[in-house]
Amino acid sequence: MATVAEPAAAGPMVPRRYRVRGSTVETADTTTIALEPLDDPLPEPAPGQFHMLWAYGVGEVPISVSGDRGSDGVLLHTIRSVGAVTAALCGAAPGAVIGLRGPFGSSWGLDDAAGRDVVVLAGGIGLAPLRTAVARLLAERDRYGRVAVLVGARSPADLVFTRDLERWRGRFDADVEITVDHADAGWHGDVGVVTRLLPRATFDPAGTVALVCGPEVMMRFASEALVDMGVERRRIRVAMERNMKCAIGHCGHCQLQHLFVCKDGSVLAYERVAPLLGVREL
Amino acid sequence: MNVREIRDLLAAEPLFHDLDADYLDLIAGCGTNVRFQAGTMIFREGEPADTFYVLRQGKVALEINVPERGALVVETLGPGEVLGWSWLFPPYRWHFDARAVTAVGAVALDGACLRGKCDEDTRLGYLLMQRFARVSQERLQATRLQLLDVYGNGR
Repeated sequence: MATVAEPAAAGPMVPRRYRVRGSTVETADTTTIALEPLDDPLPEPAPGQFHMLWAYGVGEVPISVSGDRGSDGVLLHTIRSVGAVTAALCGAAPGAVIGLRGPFGSSWGLDDAAGRDVVVLAGGIGLAPLRTAVARLLAERDRYGRVAVLVGARSPADLVFTRDLERWRGRFDADVEITVDHADAGWHGDVGVVTRLLPRATFDPAGTVALVCGPEVMMRFASEALVDMGVERRRIRVAMERNMKCAIGHCGHCQLQHLFVCKDGSVLAYERVAPLLGVREL
Repeated sequence: MNVREIRDLLAAEPLFHDLDADYLDLIAGCGTNVRFQAGTMIFREGEPADTFYVLRQGKVALEINVPERGALVVETLGPGEVLGWSWLFPPYRWHFDARAVTAVGAVALDGACLRGKCDEDTRLGYLLMQRFARVSQERLQATRLQLLDVYGNGR
């Protein structure tokens, strides 16, 4: 049997081998895979950072870290199957070997939010990059003011991390609201776009830090709704998604005018990206 | 609950924020305090829209019945939100069903009574119309976002 060569001297372009320990089907097209290191583990990612995941023989894609399991180096990545690489990653069986590079990019900057109200606004699979941030906020609850977690999805069947959502909703020290765009009468939760949850959440807009992740059009509307409520643009952080290839700011595939999303982002202050979001074909 | 108590309830709701005290008294004269148990149909599509509600507690689902698919929820409304604006415009009939998802507490306002007062005092009519236009504009924007199906990825 052929052996897999040890990686060359570690560098940001050299993937390290991780083995799929297990996977959880989140929705019809979205799966969370748990990866354990076969080589030296990569540095611990901060909430909001991403890895480049190699499906050997297929390709490489950027995927945000959606969780870690503590000291054993296991990392969780939640992947929506939208193409050949993501389909291969979603379908990776336990024991399969995947390459990882990273962690890359900026974090949600939770230290800067200490002492402030925090609003987390997630749409669809946008909850994945925010999951570790929410976990940190709730684990260190005393460090922050009021915490609101507002989650939107297409339908009840498209909600990810439903166990987490239930657990978070059971807490009395956080305001966790969920809404879906479409539902039948069997759904007893809210129906409507995620921005409609904002007026119901309790927070002081002056000084509030907002963490927003979801489809770009949703982030645009959500950020503007936050601005209308009085949240400063510099305190709104959005996670941008572009075509990351090298992940270290060399190749330019993810360039957004003067920004390299992989290196300057993917978490960026809304005041930096707001002027760019309205530029067509950028 | 007397008119003064209803007036105080209305004064605390966003729809009537900063409205002149005299107008609040006028509007409260058209109001009653109501409660609905979970599961109650508050109104049904096609029925006369002679009342609207300012929700104080609970959750209401706006539904439309689709053949072979059953009731589809278009939107849910909660405390501080307004249920119903069909009372404002002819032919004064509801376009959706409204069902109490949980126990609901609300102030019900008599639409015909209020329309009469708006006809008598056009400034009140203008102020109310401004506020309902804002509500309908916000709901229209939200509906447009829903129609974009931003999470759908082409499905």
